[in-house]
Amino acid sequence: MKKVMALLLVTVMGLSLLSGCGDSGKGKNGRVVVYNWGEYIDPETLEMFEDEYGIEVVYDEYETNELMYPKVSAGATKYDVICPSDYMVQKMISEDLLREINFENVPNAKKNIGAQYWEQSEQFDPGNKYSVPYCWGTVGILYNTKMVNDTVDSWDILWNTNYAGQILMQDSVRDLFMVGLKRDGYSANTLNPAELEQVRDELIAQKPLVQAYVIDAVRDKMIGNEAAIGVIYSGEAIYTQRENPDLEYVIPKEGTNIWIDNWVIPKNSENPENAELFINFMCRPDIALMNFDYITYSTPNDAARELIEDEDIKNSEIAFPDLSKYQGLETFDYLGQEGDELYAGYYKEVKSAN
Amino acid sequence: MLKNSKRLMLGLPYYFWSIAFVIIPLFMVVYYGVTNRSGSLTIENITAIAVPEHFKALLLAVRLSVISTIICFLLAYPLAMILAKYGKGKSSVLVMLFILPMWMNFLLRTMAWQTLLENNGVINSALSFIGLPKLNIINTPGAIIFGMVYNFLPFMVLPLYNSLSKIDPNVINAARDLGANSVQTFIKVTLPLSVPGIMSGITMVFVPALTTFVISDLLGGAKVLLIGNVIEQEFSQTNNWHLGSGLSLILMFFIIISMIISAIFDKDGEGSVI
Repeated sequence: MKKVMALLLVTVMGLSLLSGCGDSGKGKNGRVVVYNWGEYIDPETLEMFEDEYGIEVVYDEYETNELMYPKVSAGATKYDVICPSDYMVQKMISEDLLREINFENVPNAKKNIGAQYWEQSEQFDPGNKYSVPYCWGTVGILYNTKMVNDTVDSWDILWNTNYAGQILMQDSVRDLFMVGLKRDGYSANTLNPAELEQVRDELIAQKPLVQAYVIDAVRDKMIGNEAAIGVIYSGEAIYTQRENPDLEYVIPKEGTNIWIDNWVIPKNSENPENAELFINFMCRPDIALMNFDYITYSTPNDAARELIEDEDIKNSEIAFPDLSKYQGLETFDYLGQEGDELYAGYYKEVKSAN
Repeated sequence: MLKNSKRLMLGLPYYFWSIAFVIIPLFMVVYYGVTNRSGSLTIENITAIAVPEHFKALLLAVRLSVISTIICFLLAYPLAMILAKYGKGKSSVLVMLFILPMWMNFLLRTMAWQTLLENNGVINSALSFIGLPKLNIINTPGAIIFGMVYNFLPFMVLPLYNSLSKIDPNVINAARDLGANSVQTFIKVTLPLSVPGIMSGITMVFVPALTTFVISDLLGGAKVLLIGNVIEQEFSQTNNWHLGSGLSLILMFFIIISMIISAIFDKDGEGSVI
């Protein structure tokens, strides 16, 4: 029965795909199907890749790891390169969805990407067999210096009643709970119900102060002075500061989530060699630099960082923080299905509270 | 025989469409709804509606969509009467004006309202410029009702307009000749004759309002959890399609009931939009 359902699913999804795949501009050396986060690459680099290798790039985007996962695991669309975050890489490895990368075809990766990032990757990809770091960063507090008078160095500011209705929280399970867990000194990967319940109650107590739970909109609302304080990914901080110089980014003293997004090749990839060429291309210093300039998310590509001309950016504490100065930095682990459901239940309780 | 096969041929695209995009997906929702991850039958996904958060989200969704439907009806009925009263030529321009915004994407229009209603948005800037107090409506249930009314009002106006414009003016004249005043005419003649339109208007507003998750996300700041949001989260965040489908079946139950009611009152399809 399950097989039949899967078949039906594939048929229906396949039919819907037919409408989308009509364009003809085929590369002479085949194609590579890339599935990446929204606004997470300089589109010019894709054209350069096409010109250089004669491989057509079919590009598709997603907003969260959780939206990407079912599409890949159902196998409805055969992607060649995807860019999941750490815990999702771990999940996909555990479910045998990824293909080992032949690093002989990706010489730029080991050459240009800093040793510390490979070491960090070991946590979710032991032996560095499946993934190549693309971007990394922290989660922190973005605040408007004109609207906030208190010192901002702790997650506590998000519970400060002076800023009622001026606070933006992240609208995704793990990021929302991470804030509360770190504030209380717990691990962001905890499965202890007592700790999670405490955080749940604190998040419910915080809810009247929260203006909205959003993901990408934090950026625009902070630029537009619509809110005073927001939880945001470090990669957005440089961009928002360019647009609104009153904004300041802080990594709270209690610690936070440190994350890496990585290129991986799914097991059902039809063009794994092209995928490796693509990843290798993305690890080239000049290309990595173009992408860094465009998306402003920290690059693990040390060679690319050396090429940055603006000294302020090159040594920016936001883009390239000295991690040894901070405590409690933690990468998300995949918590298993039961863990995910545990969090989801508490999350719903927070969201449905008045 | 030939006639029959021709009819079948002509119907083929439609059959294909409804099997591929209605029947199969529906069957899949039912399948996921009554099974768990290991594939065995269960009713847990459906009884999950009794979980306090789910039930609360359902009640809230019902409450907000009932309020929106009532507001839509109160706004749309007089409007539809005005439209129906004007001659054909003029009213078609007016009806056109009403349909025009629907040519724009629903999401874009809702996002536009987000920008308009924001604390430092266009409306509040204008209000504070003329010295009036600010409107703190964004990210509240009130904003969600507003969004529902705004988005679904045309779905109420059009069926009402359709059924009102089909009322033979002679019937109204006869009522007036026989001594009924305008209020009596309205209550005894116009209103009963427009019931098919009312019923289909109510269904067409209530059903999308009940199931929406976009409006509550955009205008409610994701602070208000409706049943549509719960289901959306099960699919997109928690990745529990079984629970999402089970809860969808509950929602489908409400939809089927309102469609049956509308079918009873609207036997001839009079109130249909086109």
